Amino acid sequence: MKRTDVKKQKSMTGMHIRRSLFAFPYIVWMAVFILSPMLLILYYAFTSEGGATLENIVQAANWDNMRVLLDSVRFALYTTVLCLLLGYPIAYLLSRMKKTTAALLSVFFIVPMWMNFLLRTYAWKVLLGAFTKILYTEAAVLLGMVYNFLPFMILPIYTTLIKLDKSYIEAAADLGANPATTFLRVVLPLSMSGIISGVTMVFIPSTTTFAISQLLGGGKTMLYGDLIYMKFITEQSWNAGSALSIILLVFVLLSMTFMKKAERKTSDEGGGRLW
Amino acid sequence: MKTSQKIVCLALALLLSLSCFACGGKSAKVTLNVLNWGDYIDPTLLRQFEDETGIAIKYTTMTSNEEMLVKLASADNIYDVCFPSDYIIEKLIADDLLYPINQDNIPNLKNIDPRFLDLSFDPGNTYSVPYMWGTVGILYNKTMVSDPVDSWNILWDAKYTGEILMYDSMRDTIGITLKKLGYDINTRNEADIQAAQDALIAQKPLVRAYLTDDIKMELINGSAAMGVVYSGDAVYCIGENPDLAYVVPKEGSNVWFDNIIIPKTSTHTAEAEAFINFLCDAKVAAQNSDYIGYSTPNAAGLALMGSDYIDDPTYNPPQEVLDRCQIYHDLGDFVKVFSDAWTKIKAA
Repeated sequence: MKRTDVKKQKSMTGMHIRRSLFAFPYIVWMAVFILSPMLLILYYAFTSEGGATLENIVQAANWDNMRVLLDSVRFALYTTVLCLLLGYPIAYLLSRMKKTTAALLSVFFIVPMWMNFLLRTYAWKVLLGAFTKILYTEAAVLLGMVYNFLPFMILPIYTTLIKLDKSYIEAAADLGANPATTFLRVVLPLSMSGIISGVTMVFIPSTTTFAISQLLGGGKTMLYGDLIYMKFITEQSWNAGSALSIILLVFVLLSMTFMKKAERKTSDEGGGRLW
Repeated sequence: MKTSQKIVCLALALLLSLSCFACGGKSAKVTLNVLNWGDYIDPTLLRQFEDETGIAIKYTTMTSNEEMLVKLASADNIYDVCFPSDYIIEKLIADDLLYPINQDNIPNLKNIDPRFLDLSFDPGNTYSVPYMWGTVGILYNKTMVSDPVDSWNILWDAKYTGEILMYDSMRDTIGITLKKLGYDINTRNEADIQAAQDALIAQKPLVRAYLTDDIKMELINGSAAMGVVYSGDAVYCIGENPDLAYVVPKEGSNVWFDNIIIPKTSTHTAEAEAFINFLCDAKVAAQNSDYIGYSTPNAAGLALMGSDYIDDPTYNPPQEVLDRCQIYHDLGDFVKVFSDAWTKIKAA
């Protein structure tokens, strides 16, 4: 008996090792292409001519640079709010449709994403230049950003909404809630996790975007990505560029933790209220 | 059993791919890695060179001088030939990154106009051979601008609000503003930069956009009345839309030279010199200049191009225009003052 146990265990650990082997290429990939550049950025951000220093960070955190960061965050916030206002109703309508119709319609949101976003942004540039007066304004930048990031808002909300148990809505109606109350008190809180992951998926990449603002904004606004590019390439100051990257990284990490916390809180609350 | 089969398969695949590498390496054909600006050579000339010499060319393009500098200065630089501008060459020489060209291997150097040899950034042309040159000026649409265009000040004229295009390049835009204000284009005086910064921030509400290559399209299709362009692009645009005209303002401007260099790390210097000599051939230079629209420093080549080009003041500006233009010099650490000003202008 004992012998077979040992044997069993052995074969199980054997399998375990073999399985983890499959993760090895990815770990190597991460080490080479994600971890080592990160370490280099850390190194350049906190050294100057060989010696350790905080000088780069202090210099990078000057008011002019932070104003650029604030501008980038402002654009990202506008984009996120607009995407939420447009994306939630679309996701809601999709979730109320027949599965097949919804699947067909969501193809229309997904197929354009198969094309490179730069190409689509160039197309917008031509369209806006030919038919409107808003090319090279902030409105054009916002339009381009909302257009590019909208699917990332719709899809997570749609996924939460279709998973939502319809009996809650029926129960709310049975207990006398009108449709507006049902939506505000039942559907909206239950879909909060989808909203939060949609907000994360739109806010983070739109903080760091720069191509859209350059193409549609006519280079009149400098976003944080442009600033980092300028430090590295035009100024050839890898220390300053790395310090700026670290500041952005800290900002992104902070906002992600904040949103993760909000997500946990809403799912706790939602669960509590439901029971 | 299955695992061993897999291993055999993998080993075979590996062997196959390795043997492919081997056959690539066995051939005696030398490959020159060439790094250039986009749209900056007639591609048929590359084929012609390959056919004539049996040397293969691997061609890569960059969009800015600074990107070229990053590539050339990196420890694992693979390029054998590159076409950077004057002030970058100055920096490359200072950093000891260039190969001293053996002029005996470039007999066609005799074709080059002596005006473009022995310039300040590379005395004696030890490290570089002239390729193209030009000026920075204003390209404007005669049907949309009624005032005479002879000064940079027209770019600050509120009458043309929303119709002015500026070049999205720190060095060029701050440079022409320094000239407008009467300062040295290579100033190391912070007060001058401050004045240029204030002027550009004041101008910003009038500007339609800060663009690079897109300026050409906007001016050709009449979306804007005027813009800052390089003379070579002006030649191209005027060819597409005859309503356009080019001026180098009276306050002076930048005259620039793109020269051909060989990085010190190159292992095919003889082949690279053969390529440079090929590009300095009169017929080749003329064909190339005609294709890209930029001015050739090749006197023998220019003679072949006919009066359309020779008499065109945009393509071949008279000496008095050049006399009021300045060459850029490497700014050294002062580049930080420029880029801080540029950040403030863009964030304003």
